[in-house]
Amino acid sequence: MTRVYDLAVIGAGPAGVAGALEASLAGLDVVVIDAAPRPGGQYHRHLPGSFHALRPGALHHGLERFMRQWEALRSRAEILLGHRVWAVERTGGDAAGGTAGAAMGAAAGAGDTADAGDTVDGTVGATTDATVTVRCLAGDREERPRAVRARALLIATGAHDRPLPFPGWDLPGVLTAGGAQALLKGSLVVAGRRVVVSGTGPFLLPVAAGLARAGADVRGVYEAGGRFGLARHPLLAAGKAAEAAGYAAVLARHRVPYRGRHAVVAAHGEDALTHVTVARLDADWRPVATRTVACDTLACGYGFVPQLELPVQLGCATRRDADGTPVVAVDAGRRTSVPGVYAAGETTGVGGAELAEAEGRLAGRAVAADRGRRVPPLPALARRVDRLTAFARALHEAYPVRPGWRDWLRDDTLVCRCEEVPLSAVREARRLGATDARSVKLLARPGMGWCQGRMCGYAVACLAGEDPAAPRRPIAQPVRLGDLAGLEHPPSEG
Amino acid sequence: MPDVVVIGAGVVGAACAHYAARAGLDVVVLDRGPVAGGTTGAGEGNVLVSDKEPGPELDLAVLSAGLWRELAGLGGFEYEPKGGLVVAEDDEVLAALTALAAGQGVEHTVVEAGRLTDYEPHLAPGFAGGVFYPQDAQVQPMLAAATLLRKGARGAGRGTPSLRTGVTVTGFLRDGERVTGVRTDRGDIPAGAVVNAAGTWGGEVAALAGVHLPILPRRGFILVTEPLDEPLVLHKVYTAAYVTNVASDSAGLETSAVVEGTPSGPVLIGASRERVGFDRTVSIPVLERLARQAVELFPALAARRVIRAYCGFRPYCPDHLPVIGEDPRAPGLYHACGHEGAGIGLAPATGHLIAQALTGGRPGLDLSPFRPDRFDPDRSGTGTPAKEG
Amino acid sequence: MRPPYELVGARPDPAFEISVDGRPVPVVPGQSVGAALHAAGVRSWRSTRFGGRPRGLFCGIGVCFDCLVTVNDVPALRACVTEARPGDRVRTSAADSGTAAARAGAGKDTAGKSVAGAGRPGAAGKEPGGESGGDDEGVNGR
Repeated sequence: MTRVYDLAVIGAGPAGVAGALEASLAGLDVVVIDAAPRPGGQYHRHLPGSFHALRPGALHHGLERFMRQWEALRSRAEILLGHRVWAVERTGGDAAGGTAGAAMGAAAGAGDTADAGDTVDGTVGATTDATVTVRCLAGDREERPRAVRARALLIATGAHDRPLPFPGWDLPGVLTAGGAQALLKGSLVVAGRRVVVSGTGPFLLPVAAGLARAGADVRGVYEAGGRFGLARHPLLAAGKAAEAAGYAAVLARHRVPYRGRHAVVAAHGEDALTHVTVARLDADWRPVATRTVACDTLACGYGFVPQLELPVQLGCATRRDADGTPVVAVDAGRRTSVPGVYAAGETTGVGGAELAEAEGRLAGRAVAADRGRRVPPLPALARRVDRLTAFARALHEAYPVRPGWRDWLRDDTLVCRCEEVPLSAVREARRLGATDARSVKLLARPGMGWCQGRMCGYAVACLAGEDPAAPRRPIAQPVRLGDLAGLEHPPSEG
Repeated sequence: MPDVVVIGAGVVGAACAHYAARAGLDVVVLDRGPVAGGTTGAGEGNVLVSDKEPGPELDLAVLSAGLWRELAGLGGFEYEPKGGLVVAEDDEVLAALTALAAGQGVEHTVVEAGRLTDYEPHLAPGFAGGVFYPQDAQVQPMLAAATLLRKGARGAGRGTPSLRTGVTVTGFLRDGERVTGVRTDRGDIPAGAVVNAAGTWGGEVAALAGVHLPILPRRGFILVTEPLDEPLVLHKVYTAAYVTNVASDSAGLETSAVVEGTPSGPVLIGASRERVGFDRTVSIPVLERLARQAVELFPALAARRVIRAYCGFRPYCPDHLPVIGEDPRAPGLYHACGHEGAGIGLAPATGHLIAQALTGGRPGLDLSPFRPDRFDPDRSGTGTPAKEG
Repeated sequence: MRPPYELVGARPDPAFEISVDGRPVPVVPGQSVGAALHAAGVRSWRSTRFGGRPRGLFCGIGVCFDCLVTVNDVPALRACVTEARPGDRVRTSAADSGTAAARAGAGKDTAGKSVAGAGRPGAAGKEPGGESGGDDEGVNGR
């Protein structure tokens, strides 16, 4: 008999763990699924126990708090780490044909399930109870297929860096800011000896500070958007003065220059990075003056891309965030447009770990309430989410990506790393009649390769003259044909 | 005023525009989306003669296969005359397959079981044999459509079709029954003739002219693997069941393996057929069946990963034949749509025949099996305008 | 003890080795294949299909697929999210095509300079396949 959980949570970052903990504290039978071998997501990525770190929190804020939540959760919920989710489906009830919305609503939204047990196959009638099937691959190299079923789903899959292309961005030694951060937080590997940090957004500060403290010679932080320099960084205006001051102090102590309205516009080297071209930018990010900075490593990022393939698979409605990025549309209880499916954290709008945790808590409480558990309202939590959301919006407005980055590209600059599609091919596709990102992809292949447009999608959309669309990826992670051919199926219901 | 307005910038519309321009006509192509944004953009690029029963569609396919070879000379898109291998599961199927091949009258080689791996070294053992069709080919359909439009008929010393994307046809200009142009969201365009090459949406366009074309979507999924370092599948390879499924009228799900490599590395895996309207919801069971059938053909594929899946909507007519020619119910309106899963392959012949019709020439093939009014109950030609189906 | 280890007060379990295109690379238990390679000063190990361009870590979190390797004959694994295990045999496409990683690991003079300034003086002039690409001074603090 396949176990059916009350709630499956995808993502063991701040949102997922907080949501799972709230739901399990309210008595739900919860399973938490994450691709990584350890919880934390990107923000709370931390060292494996084999490092025996005495001060693991030295690398980032808030790790101790997160780990306390994790320990509390571990004893209450089923944990599936090292499980990559490649598809989610609505099944059971009337949902077999993929039109489960109504059935899910009947089951998950009903108030008469109040005394459903918190154990397997509770008292909710099997014939009316539509479920979500989460299809995973277990093990980083084994990739064993596994299906997990639940009556409700919380999507907390977070975000990844949003790179912009520029000449040389595919040279070894050029990393995303998050990649450099992940090496340090997760493996205690300093990304390089002489490092330049470039991009836009508040995330550049902790990345640069972390690298400097860990012994890298950080040659400069180039913030494309900031006009005012570090002393008037928007973090200061947003009640994050202590955090910002901390980063500023680290950068000052290590004599790291911080330049607003500057960016790395080209990377150079034969087989790997040897130096970068840094440009002073005008208000639209067009280069005004350039100079060269020697370095072996560049960490760059221009914000984040929420990972939306799973909610899109389920048909969840999306909306545009303040910066045009598609995100999952949710109500105050983090309910998506699909009954029984909830979303929290960066998938509903990039706003950082604190907001993600608060949203996760709201979601976990909403799931419990919707499944008939008594959950007292917590107005302070909702107010906190509102406040942090307003702050996130202010940051988005403070750090827009300006269109002048297109001037950084040359004809032979690769836009798509996987399929090695240069800008000239994108332009040729436009001349052939490709008027949107999808047809540019069909004609010139950007986004057709391994990463399925995760790296180039934003840039290709901009070059096609539109905001990026919510990604349609029916297969969210590569899956072996042999595994796809022999899927384990939920037993038919009724 | 253009001589012709072509509605639809897919591969069929592009071929119609291309051949009309070559015939000296002044052509405007309209599409509500971008070039190749509909079913063309969801196709595998099949140019098949192997899967057609003897009859009008096969005649069209043979004509088209030759035209594709010639069009490939334009450059600008991949054209691979790789040949197709149809394999039979057992002796009975093999006998049917060889009988079909004999009746088709197209170039083919019957391949006995022991020689199948000469064609496809990684093919699973146990097949009873097969038939190899050297004329089966593959084109990159999106680039082919874009190239036919872009290059127009310049090589023939004529003009190039004018492509206008993002223009939606909202109705037709009429002079009595006669169609004299199109109404669009960007204004009216009078024209000597109008070609409906709207593919799966051809029925909707026809309805704007008050004529009935029973074109319905027949959904198909395709799996795309990771790029392979070395080719694992050399030809188009499919099981005999594919031929049966193509010809089937079932609304339910049918799948049969069609597997092929591509020059850029990934292997493409089709083909499913189901009539579910324009529903894009991914069906994992369909993907699973496609994977299973592909692995049954090529066991080595089991270890390779699928990185992408997508679906498209074939324009399906009840008798599986396209609609090609002038509509007697709305003179001046020509149809070139409803090619189901064979639109890529049949596009050049369709465009060629439409251009002949537009210029008053004698068509190279008998068009009567493709008549637009063949679905009307009385086949009177000017019957009551039917509702869009 | 180098800065990052001091920073967090880490006293890791003893390192083990994996073999990368025949060369031993040290791994702190729990590190990914990609992190171990990067720490060893190897910045690129994949060669692209069309341009033969060198690639290594880019996103570092399993999203970009630039860092693909073959581990124990399992192809196309993301080095950045594949945890190294003792005795793993890693094969790179750069080795197959004789490009970046092979050059980097072989420590040829020109490549030695451009291997991201990893500062691997010990690597210079070694035979291909004979150099661990290990002990990098200064970059990874091990």
